[in-house]
Amino acid sequence: MQPFSYERPATLAAAVALLAAHGPDARVLAGGTDLMLGLRSGSEKPSVVVDIKHIADLSPGIREEAGAVAIGATTVMSDLAGNALIRRYFRALAEAAAIVGSVQIRNRATLAGNICNASPAADTAPPLLVYGAVVVAAGPRGTRHIPISEFFVESGVTTLGRGELVTGIELPLPSRRTGAVHLRRTRRRGHDLASVTLCCSVDEGGVAKLAYGSVGPRPVLFIDDTGTLADPAAAHEAKARVLEGMFAGASPSKRSMRASPEYRLAMLRVLGWRALQTAIDRLAEERTHG
Amino acid sequence: MVDMLSVVMTVNGRRRTLEVAVNRTLLDVLREDLELTGTKECCDAGECGACTVLVNGLALDSCLMLAVEADGAEVSTVEGLAKDGKLSPLQQAFLDKGAVQCGFCTPGQLMAAQALLAANPHPTLDEVHEGLSGNLCRCACYLQITEAVLAVAEGAHE
Repeated sequence: MQPFSYERPATLAAAVALLAAHGPDARVLAGGTDLMLGLRSGSEKPSVVVDIKHIADLSPGIREEAGAVAIGATTVMSDLAGNALIRRYFRALAEAAAIVGSVQIRNRATLAGNICNASPAADTAPPLLVYGAVVVAAGPRGTRHIPISEFFVESGVTTLGRGELVTGIELPLPSRRTGAVHLRRTRRRGHDLASVTLCCSVDEGGVAKLAYGSVGPRPVLFIDDTGTLADPAAAHEAKARVLEGMFAGASPSKRSMRASPEYRLAMLRVLGWRALQTAIDRLAEERTHG
Repeated sequence: MVDMLSVVMTVNGRRRTLEVAVNRTLLDVLREDLELTGTKECCDAGECGACTVLVNGLALDSCLMLAVEADGAEVSTVEGLAKDGKLSPLQQAFLDKGAVQCGFCTPGQLMAAQALLAANPHPTLDEVHEGLSGNLCRCACYLQITEAVLAVAEGAHE
Protein backbone atom coordinates (compact mmCIF):
# COMPACT_ATOMS: atom_id res chain seq x y z
CA MET A 1 0.00 0.00 0.00
CA GLN A 2 1.14 3.56 -0.71
CA PRO A 3 3.04 5.30 2.08
CA PHE A 4 1.34 7.80 4.40
CA SER A 5 1.93 8.98 7.92
CA TYR A 6 -0.43 7.82 10.64
CA GLU A 7 -1.64 9.96 13.53
CA ARG A 8 -3.87 8.95 16.40
CA PRO A 9 -4.66 12.12 18.33
CA ALA A 10 -6.00 11.73 21.87
CA THR A 11 -8.09 14.90 21.83
CA LEU A 12 -10.62 16.48 19.51
CA ALA A 13 -8.58 19.71 19.44
CA ALA A 14 -5.51 17.82 18.24
CA ALA A 15 -7.54 16.09 15.50
CA VAL A 16 -9.01 19.40 14.31
CA ALA A 17 -5.53 20.97 14.29
CA LEU A 18 -4.17 18.10 12.17
CA LEU A 19 -7.06 18.26 9.71
CA ALA A 20 -6.83 22.04 9.46
CA ALA A 21 -3.06 21.93 8.90
CA HIS A 22 -3.19 19.26 6.18
CA GLY A 23 -6.50 20.14 4.53
CA PRO A 24 -7.27 17.81 1.63
CA ASP A 25 -4.00 15.90 2.23
CA ALA A 26 -5.45 14.47 5.44
CA ARG A 27 -8.06 11.75 5.62
CA VAL A 28 -10.03 10.69 8.69
CA LEU A 29 -9.88 6.99 9.60
CA ALA A 30 -12.84 5.66 11.58
CA GLY A 31 -13.91 2.16 10.48
CA GLY A 32 -11.79 2.30 7.32
CA THR A 33 -14.15 0.17 5.23
CA ASP A 34 -14.21 2.83 2.51
CA LEU A 35 -10.87 4.55 3.13
CA MET A 36 -8.80 1.35 2.97
CA LEU A 37 -10.14 0.60 -0.51
CA GLY A 38 -9.10 4.06 -1.69
CA LEU A 39 -5.68 3.80 -0.09
CA ARG A 40 -5.06 0.47 -1.78
CA SER A 41 -6.32 1.48 -5.22
CA GLY A 42 -4.60 4.86 -5.10
CA SER A 43 -7.84 6.80 -5.59
CA GLU A 44 -7.06 8.33 -2.18
CA LYS A 45 -3.57 9.77 -1.74
CA PRO A 46 -3.44 11.40 1.68
CA SER A 47 -0.11 12.39 3.21
CA VAL A 48 -1.57 11.76 6.65
CA VAL A 49 -4.26 9.39 7.95
CA VAL A 50 -5.89 10.60 11.17
CA ASP A 51 -7.28 7.74 13.27
CA ILE A 52 -10.02 9.20 15.47
CA LYS A 53 -10.71 6.07 17.55
CA HIS A 54 -8.51 7.17 20.45
CA ILE A 55 -10.44 10.38 21.12
CA ALA A 56 -12.65 10.06 24.19
CA ASP A 57 -15.16 12.66 22.90
CA LEU A 58 -15.78 10.54 19.81
CA SER A 59 -16.19 7.19 21.55
CA PRO A 60 -18.93 4.86 20.37
CA GLY A 61 -22.23 5.18 22.14
CA ILE A 62 -25.95 5.82 21.74
CA ARG A 63 -27.51 8.02 24.42
CA GLU A 64 -30.85 9.71 24.96
CA GLU A 65 -30.37 13.33 25.97
CA ALA A 66 -32.51 16.47 25.82
CA GLY A 67 -35.22 15.17 23.50
CA ALA A 68 -32.82 13.52 21.11
CA VAL A 69 -30.76 10.39 20.67
CA ALA A 70 -27.05 11.19 20.28
CA ILE A 71 -24.85 8.76 18.36
CA GLY A 72 -21.08 8.97 18.89
CA ALA A 73 -18.90 9.41 15.81
CA THR A 74 -17.25 6.00 16.01
CA THR A 75 -20.47 4.03 16.63
CA VAL A 76 -20.57 1.10 14.21
CA MET A 77 -23.48 -0.35 12.24
CA SER A 78 -23.73 -3.49 14.40
CA ASP A 79 -24.23 -1.33 17.48
CA LEU A 80 -26.92 0.74 15.77
CA ALA A 81 -28.76 -2.29 14.41
CA GLY A 82 -28.91 -3.93 17.82
CA ASN A 83 -29.58 -0.86 19.98
CA ALA A 84 -32.90 -0.76 21.84
CA LEU A 85 -33.37 3.02 21.55
CA ILE A 86 -32.72 3.01 17.81
CA ARG A 87 -34.99 0.02 17.25
CA ARG A 88 -37.78 1.61 19.25
CA TYR A 89 -37.75 5.17 17.90
CA PHE A 90 -35.83 4.90 14.62
CA ARG A 91 -36.71 1.47 13.31
CA ALA A 92 -35.92 2.28 9.68
CA LEU A 93 -32.38 3.36 10.65
CA ALA A 94 -31.87 0.09 12.53
CA GLU A 95 -33.07 -1.76 9.42
CA ALA A 96 -30.67 0.15 7.19
CA ALA A 97 -27.71 -0.38 9.52
CA ALA A 98 -28.51 -4.10 9.64
CA ILE A 99 -28.12 -4.57 5.88
CA VAL A 100 -24.97 -2.54 5.23
CA GLY A 101 -22.34 -4.92 3.83
CA SER A 102 -21.73 -8.08 5.84
CA VAL A 103 -21.23 -8.80 9.55
CA GLN A 104 -17.50 -8.13 9.10
CA ILE A 105 -18.22 -4.74 7.54
CA ARG A 106 -20.92 -3.80 10.06
CA ASN A 107 -18.53 -4.47 12.94
CA ARG A 108 -16.20 -1.79 11.54
CA ALA A 109 -18.20 0.67 9.43
CA THR A 110 -19.37 3.73 11.34
CA LEU A 111 -22.53 5.76 10.83
CA ALA A 112 -20.43 8.95 10.66
CA GLY A 113 -18.17 7.37 8.06
CA ASN A 114 -21.14 6.26 6.00
CA ILE A 115 -22.39 9.85 5.68
CA CYS A 116 -18.92 11.45 5.34
CA ASN A 117 -18.09 9.12 2.47
CA ALA A 118 -21.24 10.62 0.93
CA SER A 119 -21.92 7.74 -1.41
CA PRO A 120 -25.25 8.30 -3.18
CA ALA A 121 -25.95 4.66 -2.28
CA ALA A 122 -25.32 5.05 1.48
CA ASP A 123 -28.05 2.98 3.12
CA THR A 124 -28.25 5.04 6.30
CA ALA A 125 -28.77 8.32 4.41
CA PRO A 126 -32.48 7.90 3.57
CA PRO A 127 -33.54 7.10 7.16
CA LEU A 128 -31.35 9.91 8.53
CA LEU A 129 -33.08 12.31 6.09
CA VAL A 130 -36.53 11.04 7.05
CA TYR A 131 -35.82 11.29 10.79
CA GLY A 132 -34.40 14.82 10.48
CA ALA A 133 -30.92 13.95 11.76
CA VAL A 134 -28.51 16.71 12.72
CA VAL A 135 -24.79 16.26 12.07
CA VAL A 136 -22.57 17.72 14.77
CA ALA A 137 -19.20 18.85 13.42
CA ALA A 138 -16.19 20.31 15.22
CA GLY A 139 -13.73 22.54 13.43
CA PRO A 140 -11.24 25.36 13.86
CA ARG A 141 -14.10 27.80 14.47
CA GLY A 142 -16.01 25.69 16.96
CA THR A 143 -18.98 23.38 16.72
CA ARG A 144 -21.65 23.43 14.00
CA HIS A 145 -24.99 21.64 13.82
CA ILE A 146 -25.75 20.77 10.21
CA PRO A 147 -29.18 19.41 9.18
CA ILE A 148 -28.55 16.19 7.27
CA SER A 149 -30.57 17.65 4.36
CA GLU A 150 -27.78 20.23 3.96
CA PHE A 151 -24.90 17.78 4.36
CA PHE A 152 -24.60 15.84 1.10
CA VAL A 153 -23.27 17.53 -2.06
CA GLU A 154 -22.28 14.71 -4.38
CA SER A 155 -20.42 11.40 -4.22
CA GLY A 156 -17.53 11.84 -1.79
CA VAL A 157 -18.33 15.51 -1.13
CA THR A 158 -20.09 16.98 1.91
CA THR A 159 -20.54 20.52 3.22
CA LEU A 160 -17.86 19.95 5.88
CA GLY A 161 -15.18 22.63 5.68
CA ARG A 162 -11.41 22.43 6.02
CA GLY A 163 -10.43 21.06 9.41
CA GLU A 164 -13.97 19.95 10.28
CA LEU A 165 -14.90 16.46 11.38
CA VAL A 166 -18.14 14.85 12.48
CA THR A 167 -18.28 14.32 16.25
CA GLY A 168 -21.74 12.81 16.39
CA ILE A 169 -25.19 12.53 14.91
CA GLU A 170 -28.34 13.60 16.72
CA LEU A 171 -31.79 12.25 16.03
CA PRO A 172 -34.67 14.28 17.49
CA LEU A 173 -37.13 11.98 19.26
CA PRO A 174 -40.33 11.86 17.22
CA SER A 175 -43.01 14.15 18.63
CA ARG A 176 -45.78 12.09 17.02
CA ARG A 177 -46.33 8.40 16.59
CA THR A 178 -44.61 7.36 13.38
CA GLY A 179 -44.46 4.33 11.12
CA ALA A 180 -41.32 4.02 9.00
CA VAL A 181 -39.43 1.47 6.97
CA HIS A 182 -36.18 1.16 5.03
CA LEU A 183 -36.10 -0.90 1.83
CA ARG A 184 -33.45 -1.45 -0.76
CA ARG A 185 -32.73 -3.33 -3.95
CA THR A 186 -29.36 -5.00 -4.37
CA ARG A 187 -27.90 -7.74 -6.52
CA ARG A 188 -26.35 -9.77 -3.73
CA ARG A 189 -26.93 -9.51 -0.02
CA GLY A 190 -23.76 -9.19 2.05
CA HIS A 191 -21.58 -7.52 -0.55
CA ASP A 192 -23.15 -5.32 -3.14
CA LEU A 193 -24.19 -1.71 -2.80
CA ALA A 194 -27.77 -0.67 -3.30
CA SER A 195 -29.32 -0.18 -6.74
CA VAL A 196 -32.06 1.73 -4.91
CA THR A 197 -32.07 2.53 -1.18
CA LEU A 198 -35.14 4.14 0.26
CA CYS A 199 -36.97 5.14 3.45
CA CYS A 200 -40.60 6.15 3.94
CA SER A 201 -42.39 7.39 7.04
CA VAL A 202 -45.90 8.50 7.91
CA ASP A 203 -46.92 10.04 11.22
CA GLU A 204 -50.24 10.51 12.95
CA GLY A 205 -50.20 14.20 12.04
CA GLY A 206 -50.60 13.18 8.38
CA VAL A 207 -47.05 13.99 7.31
CA ALA A 208 -45.39 11.51 4.96
CA LYS A 209 -41.71 11.57 4.05
CA LEU A 210 -39.84 9.73 1.34
CA ALA A 211 -36.06 9.74 0.99
CA TYR A 212 -34.07 7.77 -1.52
CA GLY A 213 -30.56 7.25 -2.78
CA SER A 214 -28.52 5.48 -5.45
CA VAL A 215 -30.65 7.10 -8.16
CA GLY A 216 -28.82 10.42 -8.44
CA PRO A 217 -25.72 12.31 -7.29
CA ARG A 218 -26.92 12.48 -3.69
CA PRO A 219 -29.68 11.09 -1.46
CA VAL A 220 -32.76 13.31 -1.42
CA LEU A 221 -35.82 13.91 0.80
CA PHE A 222 -39.41 14.72 -0.14
CA ILE A 223 -42.19 15.68 2.29
CA ASP A 224 -45.94 15.50 1.76
CA ASP A 225 -47.82 17.47 4.42
CA THR A 226 -51.15 17.49 2.57
CA GLY A 227 -52.13 14.25 4.30
CA THR A 228 -52.69 12.43 0.99
CA LEU A 229 -49.94 9.83 1.27
CA ALA A 230 -50.48 9.20 4.97
CA ASP A 231 -54.22 8.65 4.53
CA PRO A 232 -54.91 4.91 4.23
CA ALA A 233 -58.25 5.74 2.56
CA ALA A 234 -56.94 8.20 -0.05
CA ALA A 235 -57.54 7.22 -3.68
CA HIS A 236 -54.73 5.43 -5.49
CA GLU A 237 -54.71 8.13 -8.19
CA ALA A 238 -54.31 10.90 -5.63
CA LYS A 239 -51.40 9.10 -3.97
CA ALA A 240 -49.85 8.37 -7.36
CA ARG A 241 -49.82 12.07 -8.26
CA VAL A 242 -47.88 12.90 -5.08
CA LEU A 243 -45.52 9.93 -5.34
CA GLU A 244 -44.77 10.56 -9.02
CA GLY A 245 -43.77 14.11 -8.09
CA MET A 246 -41.37 12.64 -5.57
CA PHE A 247 -39.97 10.02 -7.97
CA ALA A 248 -39.31 12.79 -10.50
CA GLY A 249 -36.36 13.85 -8.36
CA ALA A 250 -34.41 10.75 -9.44
CA SER A 251 -31.70 11.03 -12.10
CA PRO A 252 -29.79 7.73 -12.12
CA SER A 253 -26.40 7.58 -13.81
CA LYS A 254 -26.19 5.99 -17.26
CA ARG A 255 -22.63 4.88 -16.58
CA SER A 256 -23.20 2.74 -13.50
CA MET A 257 -22.34 -0.94 -13.86
CA ARG A 258 -24.74 -1.83 -11.07
CA ALA A 259 -28.06 -1.24 -12.78
CA SER A 260 -29.48 0.62 -15.77
CA PRO A 261 -31.35 3.89 -15.22
CA GLU A 262 -34.56 2.22 -16.47
CA TYR A 263 -34.25 -0.57 -13.92
CA ARG A 264 -33.50 1.82 -11.07
CA LEU A 265 -36.48 4.04 -11.89
CA ALA A 266 -38.76 0.99 -12.13
CA MET A 267 -37.51 -0.34 -8.80
CA LEU A 268 -37.79 3.10 -7.19
CA ARG A 269 -41.52 3.02 -7.95
CA VAL A 270 -41.96 -0.54 -6.72
CA LEU A 271 -40.07 0.08 -3.49
CA GLY A 272 -41.64 3.52 -2.99
CA TRP A 273 -45.19 2.16 -3.10
CA ARG A 274 -44.26 -0.85 -0.99
CA ALA A 275 -42.54 1.32 1.63
CA LEU A 276 -45.48 3.70 1.84
CA GLN A 277 -47.88 0.83 2.51
CA THR A 278 -45.54 -0.68 5.12
CA ALA A 279 -45.12 2.70 6.84
CA ILE A 280 -48.93 3.09 6.99
CA ASP A 281 -49.29 -0.45 8.38
CA ARG A 282 -46.61 0.17 10.99
CA LEU A 283 -48.25 3.41 12.12
CA ALA A 284 -51.51 1.48 12.53
CA GLU A 285 -49.63 -1.11 14.65
CA GLU A 286 -48.16 1.69 16.75
CA ARG A 287 -51.66 3.04 17.37
CA THR A 288 -52.89 -0.40 18.42
CA HIS A 289 -49.99 -1.39 20.63
CA GLY A 290 -48.19 1.87 21.36
CA MET B 1 10.43 6.04 3.98
CA VAL B 2 7.42 4.70 5.80
CA ASP B 3 6.70 5.46 9.44
CA MET B 4 7.05 2.55 11.84
CA LEU B 5 5.15 2.07 15.09
CA SER B 6 5.52 -0.35 17.95
CA VAL B 7 2.37 -2.41 18.40
CA VAL B 8 1.40 -4.82 21.15
CA MET B 9 -1.36 -7.32 20.45
CA THR B 10 -2.47 -10.61 21.90
CA VAL B 11 -2.74 -13.15 19.10
CA ASN B 12 -4.39 -16.49 19.95
CA GLY B 13 -3.63 -15.85 23.60
CA ARG B 14 0.01 -14.99 23.08
CA ARG B 15 1.27 -11.44 23.62
CA ARG B 16 3.24 -10.15 20.63
CA THR B 17 5.25 -6.95 20.35
CA LEU B 18 5.95 -5.87 16.78
CA GLU B 19 7.46 -3.00 14.87
CA VAL B 20 5.14 -2.43 11.93
CA ALA B 21 5.00 0.00 9.04
CA VAL B 22 1.88 2.14 9.48
CA ASN B 23 0.62 1.35 5.96
CA ARG B 24 0.48 -2.41 6.44
CA THR B 25 -2.74 -4.25 7.12
CA LEU B 26 -3.43 -6.57 10.01
CA LEU B 27 -3.72 -9.33 7.39
CA ASP B 28 -0.18 -8.66 6.09
CA VAL B 29 1.32 -8.63 9.58
CA LEU B 30 -0.46 -11.84 10.63
CA ARG B 31 0.68 -13.68 7.52
CA GLU B 32 4.15 -12.26 6.95
CA ASP B 33 5.47 -11.23 10.37
CA LEU B 34 3.74 -13.81 12.57
CA GLU B 35 3.64 -16.49 9.85
CA LEU B 36 0.01 -17.23 10.63
CA THR B 37 -0.85 -18.07 7.05
CA GLY B 38 -4.15 -19.76 7.88
CA THR B 39 -5.81 -16.37 7.37
CA LYS B 40 -6.12 -15.99 3.61
CA GLU B 41 -5.64 -13.05 1.30
CA CYS B 42 -8.03 -12.95 -1.61
CA CYS B 43 -10.08 -9.94 -2.73
CA ASP B 44 -8.35 -7.34 -0.55
CA ALA B 45 -11.56 -5.32 -0.67
CA GLY B 46 -13.74 -6.59 2.16
CA GLU B 47 -15.94 -8.63 -0.13
CA CYS B 48 -14.89 -12.27 0.13
CA GLY B 49 -14.29 -12.77 3.86
CA ALA B 50 -11.27 -15.09 3.37
CA CYS B 51 -9.24 -12.84 5.72
CA THR B 52 -11.86 -12.92 8.53
CA VAL B 53 -10.34 -12.85 12.02
CA LEU B 54 -11.77 -11.91 15.41
CA VAL B 55 -10.59 -8.66 16.98
CA ASN B 56 -11.78 -8.30 20.56
CA GLY B 57 -14.28 -11.04 19.78
CA LEU B 58 -15.79 -9.38 16.68
CA ALA B 59 -15.45 -10.81 13.19
CA LEU B 60 -13.88 -8.43 10.72
CA ASP B 61 -11.97 -8.40 7.46
CA SER B 62 -8.28 -8.12 8.37
CA CYS B 63 -7.54 -6.72 4.88
CA LEU B 64 -9.51 -3.60 5.81
CA MET B 65 -7.72 -2.89 9.07
CA LEU B 66 -4.28 -1.39 9.55
CA ALA B 67 -2.06 -3.41 11.86
CA VAL B 68 -1.51 -0.28 13.98
CA GLU B 69 -5.27 -0.18 14.62
CA ALA B 70 -4.99 -3.54 16.38
CA ASP B 71 -2.61 -2.07 18.96
CA GLY B 72 -3.76 -3.35 22.36
CA ALA B 73 -6.33 -5.72 20.85
CA GLU B 74 -7.01 -9.43 21.26
CA VAL B 75 -6.80 -11.11 17.87
CA SER B 76 -8.01 -14.65 17.16
CA THR B 77 -7.13 -16.48 13.96
CA VAL B 78 -7.99 -19.94 12.68
CA GLU B 79 -4.72 -21.24 14.17
CA GLY B 80 -6.20 -20.60 17.63
CA LEU B 81 -9.26 -22.82 17.19
CA ALA B 82 -7.73 -26.25 17.80
CA LYS B 83 -6.64 -26.90 21.38
CA ASP B 84 -4.01 -29.48 22.39
CA GLY B 85 -4.05 -31.06 18.95
CA LYS B 86 -7.83 -31.49 18.99
CA LEU B 87 -10.00 -29.77 16.41
CA SER B 88 -12.67 -27.36 17.65
CA PRO B 89 -16.30 -28.52 17.34
CA LEU B 90 -16.75 -26.26 14.30
CA GLN B 91 -13.63 -27.57 12.58
CA GLN B 92 -14.72 -31.14 13.22
CA ALA B 93 -18.23 -30.40 11.94
CA PHE B 94 -16.81 -28.87 8.73
CA LEU B 95 -14.95 -32.13 8.13
CA ASP B 96 -17.88 -34.34 9.08
CA LYS B 97 -20.31 -32.49 6.78
CA GLY B 98 -17.92 -32.21 3.85
CA ALA B 99 -17.96 -28.42 4.08
CA VAL B 100 -14.39 -28.17 2.82
CA GLN B 101 -13.55 -28.62 -0.85
CA CYS B 102 -10.58 -26.53 -1.95
CA GLY B 103 -10.36 -25.15 1.58
CA PHE B 104 -9.30 -21.62 0.73
CA CYS B 105 -12.34 -19.91 2.22
CA THR B 106 -12.55 -22.31 5.18
CA PRO B 107 -10.50 -20.32 7.73
CA GLY B 108 -12.66 -17.26 7.10
CA GLN B 109 -15.87 -19.31 7.21
CA LEU B 110 -14.78 -20.88 10.50
CA MET B 111 -13.96 -17.54 12.12
CA ALA B 112 -17.25 -15.97 10.96
CA ALA B 113 -19.12 -19.02 12.27
CA GLN B 114 -17.18 -18.87 15.53
CA ALA B 115 -18.27 -15.25 16.05
CA LEU B 116 -21.86 -16.07 15.08
CA LEU B 117 -22.17 -18.94 17.57
CA ALA B 118 -20.46 -16.98 20.34
CA ALA B 119 -23.08 -14.23 19.99
CA ASN B 120 -25.99 -16.53 19.15
CA PRO B 121 -25.47 -20.18 20.20
CA HIS B 122 -28.75 -21.35 18.60
CA PRO B 123 -29.12 -19.49 15.31
CA THR B 124 -31.93 -20.13 12.85
CA LEU B 125 -31.09 -21.06 9.26
CA ASP B 126 -31.65 -17.43 8.23
CA GLU B 127 -29.34 -16.23 10.97
CA VAL B 128 -26.62 -18.61 9.79
CA HIS B 129 -27.05 -17.33 6.22
CA GLU B 130 -26.84 -13.75 7.44
CA GLY B 131 -23.89 -14.45 9.75
CA LEU B 132 -21.92 -16.00 6.89
CA SER B 133 -23.11 -13.68 4.10
CA GLY B 134 -19.72 -11.95 4.12
CA ASN B 135 -17.88 -15.17 3.23
CA LEU B 136 -17.77 -16.36 -0.35
CA CYS B 137 -17.06 -19.98 -1.34
CA ARG B 138 -16.07 -20.52 -4.95
CA CYS B 139 -16.64 -24.28 -4.58
CA ALA B 140 -20.19 -23.44 -3.49
CA CYS B 141 -20.14 -25.58 -0.36
CA TYR B 142 -22.74 -23.28 1.17
CA LEU B 143 -25.19 -26.07 1.95
CA GLN B 144 -22.57 -28.15 3.76
CA ILE B 145 -21.13 -25.12 5.56
CA THR B 146 -24.58 -24.20 6.81
CA GLU B 147 -25.18 -27.80 7.93
CA ALA B 148 -21.90 -27.82 9.82
CA VAL B 149 -22.70 -24.62 11.69
CA LEU B 150 -26.21 -25.82 12.53
CA ALA B 151 -24.81 -29.18 13.69
CA VAL B 152 -22.57 -27.41 16.21
CA ALA B 153 -25.48 -25.23 17.30
CA GLU B 154 -27.57 -28.37 17.86
CA GLY B 155 -24.73 -29.91 19.84
CA ALA B 156 -24.74 -26.89 22.10
CA HIS B 157 -28.17 -28.01 23.35
CA GLU B 158 -26.64 -31.07 24.98
